[in-house]
Amino acid sequence: MNDSTKQNSIFKVIGASSLGTLIEWYDFYIFGSLASIIGAQLFPADAGASALINTLAIFAAGFIVRPFGALVFGRLGDLIGRKYTFLLTLVLMGGSTFLIGLIPSYSSIGYAAPILVLILRLVQGLALGGEYGGAATYVAEHAPKGKRGFFTSWIQTTATLGLFLSLGIIVLSKNIIGAEAFADWGWRIPFLLSILLVGVSIYIRLKMHESPMFTKLKTEGKISKNPLKESFSKKGNFKMVLLALFGATMGQGVIWYTGQFYAQSFIENTCKVDFNDSRYILLWAIAFATPFFVVFGAWSDKVGRKWIMLTGMLLGIIFYRPIYQMFIDQTDVSKVAVSMIKQVDAPVMTKVAIHDGQDSLVNTARKFHLTDGSSFVKLEVDTVYADPNKALGHAPTIYQDKKLSTPVFWIFVGLVFFQILLVTMVYGPIAAFLVELFPTKIRYTSMSLPYHVGNGVFGGLVPFIATLIASFAGSTPLSGLWYPIGIAALSFIIGAVYLSNKTDENVND
Amino acid sequence: MKYNFYKMNALKKILGIVWIILGPASVILMFLQAWDKVSNAPAGIAQTNTALQWGIILLIFIPIAVGLVIFGRYALSGEYEKLPESSKEL
Repeated sequence: MNDSTKQNSIFKVIGASSLGTLIEWYDFYIFGSLASIIGAQLFPADAGASALINTLAIFAAGFIVRPFGALVFGRLGDLIGRKYTFLLTLVLMGGSTFLIGLIPSYSSIGYAAPILVLILRLVQGLALGGEYGGAATYVAEHAPKGKRGFFTSWIQTTATLGLFLSLGIIVLSKNIIGAEAFADWGWRIPFLLSILLVGVSIYIRLKMHESPMFTKLKTEGKISKNPLKESFSKKGNFKMVLLALFGATMGQGVIWYTGQFYAQSFIENTCKVDFNDSRYILLWAIAFATPFFVVFGAWSDKVGRKWIMLTGMLLGIIFYRPIYQMFIDQTDVSKVAVSMIKQVDAPVMTKVAIHDGQDSLVNTARKFHLTDGSSFVKLEVDTVYADPNKALGHAPTIYQDKKLSTPVFWIFVGLVFFQILLVTMVYGPIAAFLVELFPTKIRYTSMSLPYHVGNGVFGGLVPFIATLIASFAGSTPLSGLWYPIGIAALSFIIGAVYLSNKTDENVND
Repeated sequence: MKYNFYKMNALKKILGIVWIILGPASVILMFLQAWDKVSNAPAGIAQTNTALQWGIILLIFIPIAVGLVIFGRYALSGEYEKLPESSKEL
């Protein structure tokens, strides 16, 4: 085979693997992005029961089923081959996503609706746990020496692009059919669309050949008989699984989730920036930062994987607090000068009965337009008591629905871009790093588990633990950041002390 | 060069003790948090929900903490002094 044919063939391998992985991430994220609408349509109105099912769907799918999927499909991939295993994960993911889009509402079929959602969500988590390791291994086992970081970095773009695609399709569908129709039936579009994407991806993947290294092992009869046992009961290999988890994937997971999820959630919920603006900021930042996955992946072929990944963690440790402080400062409208106010809209008042209709809450919302093009809503909530002896109760004023001025919007894009740049540093080289750590016959199993524990558990818990820390007495809005900073610092120390920067040239063993 | 190599290996071993302590310490801290949050949650389904969340977290974090202790033990016994350079060494 000449060089140009080889080059075409490897790009086909990358294309086929990346497309499928991107679609799996898309499928996984649309559920998260549409959780509130799904909750309203498919879950009972009883807040308690609904929260319980939600907890199971989010916690169990992300934290238990995902690492379990890594074990189940990792084992299968080391036994029957990479190609058919990651084909199976794709079918499971695409099928379950499509079926979520078809579930009748709670008002039609009662509790069967949330139970079906829960089952299909668990299947999604299981499939995701098996997909990544297969795709990364498959590409790495096709990549020539000295280009493994570059080739596998394309797989690394897929998680971010999957998020981008899910946000893009949701925003587009909502804008085309309108917010009301979207909440009613339009939310099903992104789910149903998945079957088309998966169909194309399955067709492409079916045409691919098995990994050459796995085929060689199979021909020679050297396939592992029990990959799980070999991966986790053999000290020599298990110590590398632990090192990969604590020295790399744990830190990578928190940097990933902080940069791409916590940032958006903080801007929307803590800084009270408008729903659309907070998403547009993330979309722009992802668009600008995504090419850097490939840049850092390729660079890691030249200078080694270790220090690029660890520098990403270190920069996160140093800069997270100043960045989030800037988010707060730039959106603090409580001390806006009167000269900045261009117009104030007429107040909108709403009254809600409380305490069995005896007392009432009066909400007064005023929209302020500023001379720099920004705007915000000032919301005052007063409790009016039926008992004339009780004084009017004032809740603290809330400033919400903030629309940013153009310069501040782009500053925010820059700050989120910087955080995603750190994501590309830790995430770009990590597939090649993990592949090189383990031998071919147990590679799928060995690399999948630390990846999904690091990413799914440590990363996935960022919103929960950050919120938990923020609830402690004396905490500030920035206190939640101590979790990703602490985990990244721990992973940085372990990685710096124990990991080697040497790139393993030979992954044929 | 050789002196630095020995210093680095000593550091790897000393830190091994830290990881051995950190494993159970993090589990204890998490148990205390779980106890606090579950007992402070309003009785009824909210309390069940909080207990479920923390149950899942503990279920997944206890094996990870055990892994950290094993990692520390390996570090203390010098398993990471020289990392394998090929799969044959695993």
